[in-house]
Amino acid sequence: MNAILDPHRVQALVIGGSAGGIEALLQLLPALPADCPIPVVVLVHLPDGHYSLLPDVFAPHVALPVKEADEKEALSPGTLYFAPPGYHLLIERNRTFSLSTEPPVHYSRPAIDVLFETAADAYGPTLAALLLTGANEDGAAGLAQVTRHGGTVLVQDPAEARIPTMPLAGLRATGGQAIVLPLASLALALRALRPEER
Amino acid sequence: MNPLAHYPDSDFDIELRLLIEGIYLKYNYDFRNYSPASLKRRVAHALAQLECKTVSALQDRILHSPQHFLDLLQYLTVPVSEMFRDPSYFLAIRDKVVPILSTYPSLKIWIAGCSTGEEVYSLAILLHEEGLLERTLIYATDINPHSLQRAEDGIFPIEHLKLFTANYLAAGGKRAFSDYYTAAYGSAIFDRALRRQVTFADHSLATDSVFSETQLVSCRNVLIYFNRELQDRAFGLFRESLCHRGFLGLGSKETVQFSSVAEQFEPFARNERIFRKR
Ligand SMILES: C[S@@+](CC[C@H](N)C(=O)[O-])C[C@H]1O[C@@H](n2cnc3c(N)ncnc32)[C@H](O)[C@@H]1O
Repeated sequence: MNAILDPHRVQALVIGGSAGGIEALLQLLPALPADCPIPVVVLVHLPDGHYSLLPDVFAPHVALPVKEADEKEALSPGTLYFAPPGYHLLIERNRTFSLSTEPPVHYSRPAIDVLFETAADAYGPTLAALLLTGANEDGAAGLAQVTRHGGTVLVQDPAEARIPTMPLAGLRATGGQAIVLPLASLALALRALRPEER
Repeated sequence: MNPLAHYPDSDFDIELRLLIEGIYLKYNYDFRNYSPASLKRRVAHALAQLECKTVSALQDRILHSPQHFLDLLQYLTVPVSEMFRDPSYFLAIRDKVVPILSTYPSLKIWIAGCSTGEEVYSLAILLHEEGLLERTLIYATDINPHSLQRAEDGIFPIEHLKLFTANYLAAGGKRAFSDYYTAAYGSAIFDRALRRQVTFADHSLATDSVFSETQLVSCRNVLIYFNRELQDRAFGLFRESLCHRGFLGLGSKETVQFSSVAEQFEPFARNERIFRKR
């Protein structure tokens, strides 16, 4: 089988989204299997004060343990992490989370670019990054970095995205190297994230 | 445009290490144990802003010019702050810590990594309203001399005052926030009386030692930039500085829990990240 997210290769999945992102994630994240062998990190822009609600919103719909990423926490397989409010979320080469109060990027803190760029640096070709619906261009520069490191780049089909600005910017930044899919197919790709058979 | 787009990673990493080592040898600023991901981003950003093609070129420039090093330092440190950031922290200091601090005849407070001073003025206002400022000495320290100077000036852009005022009220502020500053030329100039009890000083948690006994240490959003080893060094300083049963306040995502001094502190206000020395 020629899986979109090759389980022999992908060691972490990062997902970014903005306007319309919650609805998209509610279609996607329930597809993750309970024995998902990699960590999944989600950053979706929200008005300040709403970020902390995310783990509670998603926990009932998701088969994996769900939590807010903690400073210095090691990314562990089969866990769904959300970015905490008010800080940029970064991934270190030793595969732990860092936080930073550097100024907002694209008016956002946390910013998708910061997460994607540092994740690309940490995971190189073993990273998969997915950019969803949104009304700004955060995440595009990050996707370009993922591409440059040889990672897998997925973009929600702009034709079905609630707001296509973000996926379109992602496509422009990755010069034809992104895999473009509607949510239904992306959900199938997530469903296929199972432990390798040996 | 990402400044790193055409820069081979391995070269950048080698040159970054050399830069950090060079800064340490020449200026004794020790960034060797900072979290690498953020440091790397900040150096990449500095390259673009200071118009250097490579980290080596930047190194050449800063090693031979202290002024250029100071310019770079503005990027290496993160001079970003807010008055009454996380109002619930200041509310907990006011409602839970102040009643205990009031029992001391005189107080010393250390604000480590005070940046441009927002946290200092916040605490000074709070202590003033609780009647403690007169008998308190506040040490406000940082490694960035520009930030320390701005902290001492106490002048903030007026457009930040809307947020600061909302934070002040949410933190249990008792007066009109405008009582504390004068607006002029797009700036808010804070009342000089607020800093009568404050000593601003250059002090590094990475290389310096403890200078005084204190009853409260507030160190917020500084430790997130350190690796565990350097965090442990800083926690060691705080433990040493704090009196028996002294308080340690951290940023909303920081904790002593996983540090080498974890056993020597107990949570005091758990959600607000205030700990107390056992
Ligand atoms: C993000 S600011 C935090 C400002 C303020 N405490 C707050 O929470 O809003 C981080 C500050 O830590 C300072 N800093 C970095 N390394 C330090 C060190 N080794 N010792 C003391 N301060 C340091 C930086 O210069 C910067 O001003």
